Amino acid sequence: MLPSTLHRRDLLRFAAGLGLSFAVPGLDLRAANRRGPERPKSFILLWMNGGPSQLETWDPHPGTTIGGPTQAIQTTIPDCQISSEYPLLAEQLHRVSVIRSLTSKEGDHERGTYAVRTGYRPDPTTIHPALGAIAVHELPDSAVEIPQFVSLGDPGFPSRGGYLGDRFDPYRIFNPGESGQNITPNVDDERQQRRLAALRVTSQAFRRGRTQRVENTLHQHNLDAALKMMTSDQLKAFSIKDEAAEVKQAYGDTPFGKGCLVARRLVEQGVRAIEVAQTGFDTHADNFTGHTLRAKIMDPAIATLLTELEERDLLASTVVLVIGEFGRSPAINPLEGRDHWPTGFSCLVGGGGLQAGQVIGATDPEGKEKTPTDPIEIPDLYATIMQTMGIDYARELITPIGRPLKLSTGTPIERLLG
Amino acid sequence: MSLRRLWSSVVPLGIAAAIVLLVAAAARSPVHPVPPAPAPDQLAEAEAVVAQVNALLQQQWTDYGVTPAEPADELQILRRLALSLHGSIPSLEEIRRFEADDQPQRLERWTIQMVRDRRFADYFAARLARSFIGAEGGQFIIFRRDRFTNWLADQIQSGRPFDDVVREMISQEGLWTGVPATNYITQAVADGNLDQNKLAGRTVRAFLGQRIDCAQCHDHPFADWKQAQFEGLAACFGEVRITGTGVDDSPGRTFKVEDRMTLEEREVAPNVPFGKPWWPASGSYRERLATWVTHPENRRFERAITNRVWGLVYGRAWITPVDDLPNPSEPGEPTDLLDLLGKDFREHDYDLRRLVYLATACETFRISSTHAAYETGDRIGDVEESLAAFPLVRLRPEQMIGAMCQSASIKTIDQNSHLLTRFLRFVREQDFIKEYGDLGEAELEERSGTIPQALLRMNGRFANEVSNAGPVSASGRISAMAPTNEAAIETAFLCCLTRRPTAEESTFFLADLSGDEPRGRAQVMEDIFWTLFNSPEFSWNH
Repeated sequence: MLPSTLHRRDLLRFAAGLGLSFAVPGLDLRAANRRGPERPKSFILLWMNGGPSQLETWDPHPGTTIGGPTQAIQTTIPDCQISSEYPLLAEQLHRVSVIRSLTSKEGDHERGTYAVRTGYRPDPTTIHPALGAIAVHELPDSAVEIPQFVSLGDPGFPSRGGYLGDRFDPYRIFNPGESGQNITPNVDDERQQRRLAALRVTSQAFRRGRTQRVENTLHQHNLDAALKMMTSDQLKAFSIKDEAAEVKQAYGDTPFGKGCLVARRLVEQGVRAIEVAQTGFDTHADNFTGHTLRAKIMDPAIATLLTELEERDLLASTVVLVIGEFGRSPAINPLEGRDHWPTGFSCLVGGGGLQAGQVIGATDPEGKEKTPTDPIEIPDLYATIMQTMGIDYARELITPIGRPLKLSTGTPIERLLG
Repeated sequence: MSLRRLWSSVVPLGIAAAIVLLVAAAARSPVHPVPPAPAPDQLAEAEAVVAQVNALLQQQWTDYGVTPAEPADELQILRRLALSLHGSIPSLEEIRRFEADDQPQRLERWTIQMVRDRRFADYFAARLARSFIGAEGGQFIIFRRDRFTNWLADQIQSGRPFDDVVREMISQEGLWTGVPATNYITQAVADGNLDQNKLAGRTVRAFLGQRIDCAQCHDHPFADWKQAQFEGLAACFGEVRITGTGVDDSPGRTFKVEDRMTLEEREVAPNVPFGKPWWPASGSYRERLATWVTHPENRRFERAITNRVWGLVYGRAWITPVDDLPNPSEPGEPTDLLDLLGKDFREHDYDLRRLVYLATACETFRISSTHAAYETGDRIGDVEESLAAFPLVRLRPEQMIGAMCQSASIKTIDQNSHLLTRFLRFVREQDFIKEYGDLGEAELEERSGTIPQALLRMNGRFANEVSNAGPVSASGRISAMAPTNEAAIETAFLCCLTRRPTAEESTFFLADLSGDEPRGRAQVMEDIFWTLFNSPEFSWNH
């Protein structure tokens, strides 16, 4: 009649999910020390919040009625041009592929975000996990003491662990580059130790008469894991203080640039999934200025991230996806803006063993044909990413309400798989 | 010259400040509401239902072969009541009044007072709204969550029969701002189009406790729901038109669906899957649907609302998931708790506050959350399932920050609090929930805590702000005013945990205050508050 309480098996499962790695003997071969394609895969999502215009990013149509003033620039992929606002990235584009024919059925920010982050349309009876949460769930790593799913900056609507559980929610950092969020105690060490001693006394009082039940709440486990994390050496990955000035400059002195640099540092620690978000793409008015301003932030950050991952032999094991919740309309409205457009939008995807240099799909340069050629749905993109990360995308998990759900309903895109 | 400039800047500021103070003062009600004692027959009748529910619980304990826990301390029951009904914990002010109350039927009278408090209406409206209009932001301009929630709170506060409230949601016409019930319809607008399927699924889940959403695309795999039935329900919203003047029904509009197989459009007529005699012959299709949903013989309605209310009171629905109930029992079959309480709900004009009162008056609300099984772990599942001990349920985010804000204030934070106090609480709640994680619509599902949440409780700015021994905070006032160190420690425990410290706890903190190297009282108070916020006792309803 009522849900039964946590049982031992659940507890173990929870403990694994909580990243109670310190309970497990350290592995010799830390992910942090490994390089090349054999390294466990990581996933970086660079989120363009608000719905970036495909025409001002990866799918420009200069000289047409829909193209607006945006110019195109030749990239290192033959016959592939992107917006001239991304000159640095144009030099690195051969490291990834371009999809210009994404389609989704959701043109609202919240619903669109949900659809693109999870590969499922919103469903009132289930919350689907974001791809990052799935990656952590499917590829656990006991050697990482810091959270395995990290979100940097303001992602608009946050990603969720969904039916996998709240412990798969991302650890959110609102100001990238400084340190972890809520990592430092508010008082000096002596006082902190006294507080923790007091906490042991009051916890003991609460346990009386319900020792096992309180144990099952995992409150203490979470607290211990949090304390362990607060003193972990791996925390250094969150701070860019020790990075050389020229490296920081190359990424750009912006929250997004710092976020990308932190993302590289987290990948080096073996963190499974990282999201870095840049806001401001919802350009219903003054679309072109808006995109020019954001491009100045995005261009150096993405280009440097790709270069550095390659230099450090990490790109082969790290999938990088640059995407937003939808694209923007070919038609330019009277406010020089573009409105929501969930059909025929673009993304960049590469690394992690995916084929680079591919250009998939095309949109109508006149903007008359709504459906792009070679349309790709989000679930297909996610099945592809999961496949290359070594995740069985077709695996069915039983959700808490007893409904079996596949990790992804899509089919991998053959041209992207090596 | 400069004096004049100074003057010209000071005057407007002064006027603005005066207006703020006056408005704030005017917004406060001068008298703390003390509702009249209930009529004796009212309580007697309620007692009869409670006795039936208790007998049912007793039977359940016998069937499971478990012994119920000992009665809980009344102060702990007061804490449960505050968390369930107000999303907060009792203030020190309330604890003192409660302890000073030596009249009979103290818990009964206090519960009635608490469900009549505006805090109850506001809190329950916010919770119920999540099942009625979801947790999404919705379509800009035409969806106004705030208006809907305030309207719902007004209805609860006025004691309006709940079936009537639901009928208004389903069938009302008008503008989303002036007639807030219509937001029930506009919640289903995305990209400028009304999604009738979403409304059909929502209506059946929220008001009838059945998940038929999957029948939108195919027949339900194990229940008796067919795709055609779903389409018939969706067609009940087929006349809806949304224009600049609001939501209305345009008779003659037809509802079409695209066949998944043939991709052809076909017309679907409004229809209901069961209870055809309850379908009225006249009225707009929405009016007819509203009548059908809330028909007195449609027991799914009373059972669905009862199950959700039970879930909000106990943190866990009687049947989970909260919106997927088995069919009501047939005549002759045994009745369950939802039948018992649901029948009372119907027979008393669908009085939501009475239903809440009854749920909190059951024996299981008043027994301890300690139990031999909880101690040893042996048969812990049976005790939990049969409610032989009060269930340990993690506080939801809004309860967590509500409790933290209240513990930092000696006085009760309610509609009589200063506007600035309420504003601060509102802002803190928004910020905290953003960081702690919003549970969205599925807030009655069982969840585990997370490491980021533990970090936020320990090192976040909320814990720091709330425990800071400033001039108006509880920790500051206790450290300045308490006559003795013992009294200071005891008061801090009452503020945070609604109980007095144990001997060990007193000894521990007294050592800080009066040992060989005593620390400042303010600092120790801050440490006590920090400690108690981070204790499992604070973040689990017990």
